[in-house]
Amino acid sequence: MIEAVGLTKRYGDKTAVYNLSFQVRPGSVTGFLGPNGSGKSTTMRMILGLDQPTSGQVTIGGFPYRKLPNAPRQVGALLDAKAVHGGRSARSHLLCLAQLSGIPARRVDEVLGVVGLQDVARKRSKGFSLGMGQRLGIAAALLGDPQVLLFDEPVNGLDPEGILWVRNLMKALAAEGRTVFVSSHLMSEMALTADHLIVIGRGQLLSDMSIGDFISANSADFARVRTPETEPQQREKLTAALTEAGGQVLPEQDGALRVMGLPLPRISDLAHSADVRLWELSPHQASLEEAYMRMTQGAVDYRSTVDQRAGLQQPLPPGAQPPVQMPVPGQGQPGWYAPPPPQQGGQPPFGAPGQPGQPTGPYGAPGGPGAPVAAGGAHPNPYAQPVAAPVADLTKPEDAR
Amino acid sequence: MTAAQVIRSEWTKIRSVASTVWTLGLAAVVTIALGALISLLLKNQWSDLSEKDRLSFDPTYTSFAGMSLGQLAMIVFGVLVVSNEYSTGMIRTSLAAVPQRGTFLASKLVVAAGLAFVVGVVTSFAAFFLGQAMLGDHSTSIGDPGVLRAVIGGALYMTLIALFSMGVASMLRSPMLSLGILMPFFFLISNILGAVSATKKIGRYLPDQAGSKIMQVVTPIDNDTPYGPWGGLAIMVAWVAAALLGGYVLLKRRDA
Repeated sequence: MIEAVGLTKRYGDKTAVYNLSFQVRPGSVTGFLGPNGSGKSTTMRMILGLDQPTSGQVTIGGFPYRKLPNAPRQVGALLDAKAVHGGRSARSHLLCLAQLSGIPARRVDEVLGVVGLQDVARKRSKGFSLGMGQRLGIAAALLGDPQVLLFDEPVNGLDPEGILWVRNLMKALAAEGRTVFVSSHLMSEMALTADHLIVIGRGQLLSDMSIGDFISANSADFARVRTPETEPQQREKLTAALTEAGGQVLPEQDGALRVMGLPLPRISDLAHSADVRLWELSPHQASLEEAYMRMTQGAVDYRSTVDQRAGLQQPLPPGAQPPVQMPVPGQGQPGWYAPPPPQQGGQPPFGAPGQPGQPTGPYGAPGGPGAPVAAGGAHPNPYAQPVAAPVADLTKPEDAR
Repeated sequence: MTAAQVIRSEWTKIRSVASTVWTLGLAAVVTIALGALISLLLKNQWSDLSEKDRLSFDPTYTSFAGMSLGQLAMIVFGVLVVSNEYSTGMIRTSLAAVPQRGTFLASKLVVAAGLAFVVGVVTSFAAFFLGQAMLGDHSTSIGDPGVLRAVIGGALYMTLIALFSMGVASMLRSPMLSLGILMPFFFLISNILGAVSATKKIGRYLPDQAGSKIMQVVTPIDNDTPYGPWGGLAIMVAWVAAALLGGYVLLKRRDA
């Protein structure tokens, strides 16, 4: 069990982590998400006693890490796969860590086998690929058979076989009743591995809930309904019937309908009584990625802009048409992601002015980039109206503002 | 976690990198070979020496003439032992495994200093006997007064140089920065300060000049140094203690 209470870390003027409180419970895989520079690694370092919090504290099993008796036997961590002396062999690296806590040398050979590095055990780690380094780091974390495991981006650079192995490893460790705390940017991977999510943005807690709750809270499930394309009046008839029954209906570009607020059997029944045939009736759950994007869009520090390629492009020959710029998902279109949950009216929960229960720390300033233009859930169609105009401004080039 | 476990672990660390063998090997070879070479040159040019030089001739100190160059390899050893942890990022793994930072640093120092002392003793005796063999008629014997003290002092000197470098490296963390300060300090600044009469009085309180007094058996004529061999070594120990204390305080306070 890892418990953080009011954890704050300042580096000079910069606040890396602000008033962070959470619990990581044993028996499940807890994912730790947040944009680049949001304070994930700083938090991990504070958990391991490497960085001293400016205020607040974090404990493992009730002890601050530095006071933990025989820490390597209780906590295993993978922080940085490259944090290995390149001139030392994989086996020597693990051996010196094992000797610290009185772990016998045969355990070193055991974990080398577990991570699949037995054939290169006596090779210098300088020549290791990122994936091999990652395996070595995981081996070091497993060495003491600890009850608490921390992994910072464990699947970075791993091959598909390795990713699958890490996924199963995490689940197996959690199933044995251990505490597993994993940070990653791979949303699809997190969706498969984690049971619980802790999301931070700009050093503050954005969310602490189970993965299912997280997705439902940040983007609504919907049903896609398609009526025969040959009979447009059927579509209008169904729209009227569904709206009357309390559903929210949004047209999609290809003629299908998005229906929110009505269960699938009810939609089918309504269509039947309205005498409308259906070509498609399918359930859609937003992915973790969509839910995550929606939640953190206001807390992203490092955002890419459209590459203008100034001076790199040949002038167009006279009479030629400039190529049509295809919109890149996520750039300049904050409303592109999954539909918002109905009860929140499309607001990303971060930094929204006047919303109760929001942190009001140094980064919680209202009206920051990504703060929604208007509060309230009155948008009939979140796709017609971009939710966050300031974000769109940020992505434009300097001279366009 | 006992200190013995940490020491075992540090021993594994130090013997599993190639730089240990290279730096310590170089320190021994350079010190012995240069000492022997200079001893041989002095014997061959004995007839050219002035009366004053002959009177203050110190066969023991002459055989340690390679120390001024060999100590540079010892500095590299001391710096690398500590700063390797930082430049590779290994320090985070190490400190996560040994949250007691004082134990961590102390174990590292004990292992590295112990190894440096063993190499120092071998180097010192080898340099002495080889040097005396080269000096032929002008040589001294290990049984003469002060000679054994000087030879063991040579080993202590090398150990203290390594420890001083480790202290500086734990303060500065970066290997390039540490070497960039220590190398010119010992190779140039100390020599220049010692050679210019105006700064001589300051120069002789520097760690290497004070410490190397322990290797002298014959006091030079018109010598006005206010301390003896052991006094000089004590001054050097004070320098080393200050560097190590600084390193410890910073390691304890700093985020890894």
